[in-house]
Amino acid sequence: MNKVAIIGKGHSRFGDRSDVNLAELSFEAIQPALDASGLTAKEIPYMALGSMGVWSEEPLPAVVIAEYCGLTGAGLVRCEAACASGSAAVFNAYSAVMSKQTDLALVVGAEKMKQIDTSTVMEMIGRAGYYMWEFENFGMTFPAYYALHAVEHMEKFGTTEKDLARVAVKNHRYGAMNPVAHLRHEITVEKALNSNVIAWPLKLYDCCPITDGSAALVLASESKVKELKIEDPVWIDAMGFASDTANISKRENYVGLSASVKAAKMAYNIAGISPIDVDVANVHDCFTIAEIMAYEDLGFCEKGDGAQMIRDGETEIGGKIPVNLDGGLKAKGHPIGTTGVSMLVELTKQLREEVKPTRQAPMKNYVALAHNTGGTGHYGFVSILRR
Amino acid sequence: MNKAPSLESNRSLIITYNLPISKTSKFWDELKQGKVYATKCKKCGKLVFPPVADCGPCGSSEIEWTELIGNGKIVTFTEVVVKPASFSEEPSYIVAIAKLSEGVKVLAWLSGIKKEKLHIGMKVKLKAKVFSDKKVAYEFVPA
Repeated sequence: MNKVAIIGKGHSRFGDRSDVNLAELSFEAIQPALDASGLTAKEIPYMALGSMGVWSEEPLPAVVIAEYCGLTGAGLVRCEAACASGSAAVFNAYSAVMSKQTDLALVVGAEKMKQIDTSTVMEMIGRAGYYMWEFENFGMTFPAYYALHAVEHMEKFGTTEKDLARVAVKNHRYGAMNPVAHLRHEITVEKALNSNVIAWPLKLYDCCPITDGSAALVLASESKVKELKIEDPVWIDAMGFASDTANISKRENYVGLSASVKAAKMAYNIAGISPIDVDVANVHDCFTIAEIMAYEDLGFCEKGDGAQMIRDGETEIGGKIPVNLDGGLKAKGHPIGTTGVSMLVELTKQLREEVKPTRQAPMKNYVALAHNTGGTGHYGFVSILRR
Repeated sequence: MNKAPSLESNRSLIITYNLPISKTSKFWDELKQGKVYATKCKKCGKLVFPPVADCGPCGSSEIEWTELIGNGKIVTFTEVVVKPASFSEEPSYIVAIAKLSEGVKVLAWLSGIKKEKLHIGMKVKLKAKVFSDKKVAYEFVPA
């Protein structure tokens, strides 16, 4: 099997990107990724796109993006794993390089969610829980799904609404320092606690925004890394994957996501590391409670101790394990299919110590972890990167 | 919606799905009679809700129907305040997951009580619900 390296990366500005269409937005990430790799579009044999679509007009975004960016002729696929579509695309391209099917592959995440109104976006995402049993009659929304988790976590472990607010405050603080983030303002615990209720107990500042954005990575085999004289590649050491029931009622409990636990175990096992070896992590904080559960599910602390980690500042720079130093989904934004790719762009920068010193994690082992979930914890991917 | 120049397409698309229920029609028929049913795999004995025609884990299509008494306890709940487009006319609604005495968990609306009075572990009853337009569903009410 080939070792797989990240040799180029690109990232658009996240936010309301009504100034560009999906292909133009993708170009903003793809061209810098190619430039950084010393490659041109026609040298790319395969492209995997993470995109959920429905909020923008093109049903076949991969072909539209490929033509616009000069990639026509390459093998193409659009991967769907809800909010983990980006990781599904990474896994698809990573597998193609690892299995020696190709020496080079491009991964793109692209989503334009602001082309339709907010309540229709809520509708389309809400339908993606389990339409037949949870939406048709009960109108579930994604804030509501994560609220079900928050309520049980609060009851069982004493997690408070203030703890949830603390996650938002941290991620907004780092997001404010990230030039590509959607929400670049700091907030206070009071502001978060006083914001409008979306699905009790989750409030506006517990929820990630609806965002447009793109990200891209060029993946290469070890021989291609040598051939292209890439001096400082970042390696994808492992990718773990898992899933959970479609019906949320069939889960064991609502204090964590078992797909995250399984995917993490698989990734740690393949990489031969344990959670304490990780220098920096990006976790899937679509809602504040999701970040607290992720600390526990990924083994950064014991189950139930997640809130204590945020209270003690353990996931800030200077703490045990800095998390979401790009602002996370909460402040950087969450263009659904882009997120998994964006996480790896950020972690590649962190590993190469390229970000502003104020949001750079200190590196000891040069190991980073990305945690990307989709649906109501339906899909789980965990990736380990190493420089 | 946005200030940047854009073409406002007038080709709107209305999609209404037909939801196939022929293999589980008993469930929907019994709701009309005020009863809520689950299914049980004859091979592995597992009781399942929502009902299924096939048991994936053991690969069997030998299924029997079991009526649920409907006594349950709240496992978790929320109140949906910001609603999706097709529920925009509804007042805020409470969604609960409760575990029934038969062992299965069910997600449904909980009506007849305010969110402030709810707590995990509270007893609820699962009931069939028939709407004026003859549409059927099920809901929890305080026990």
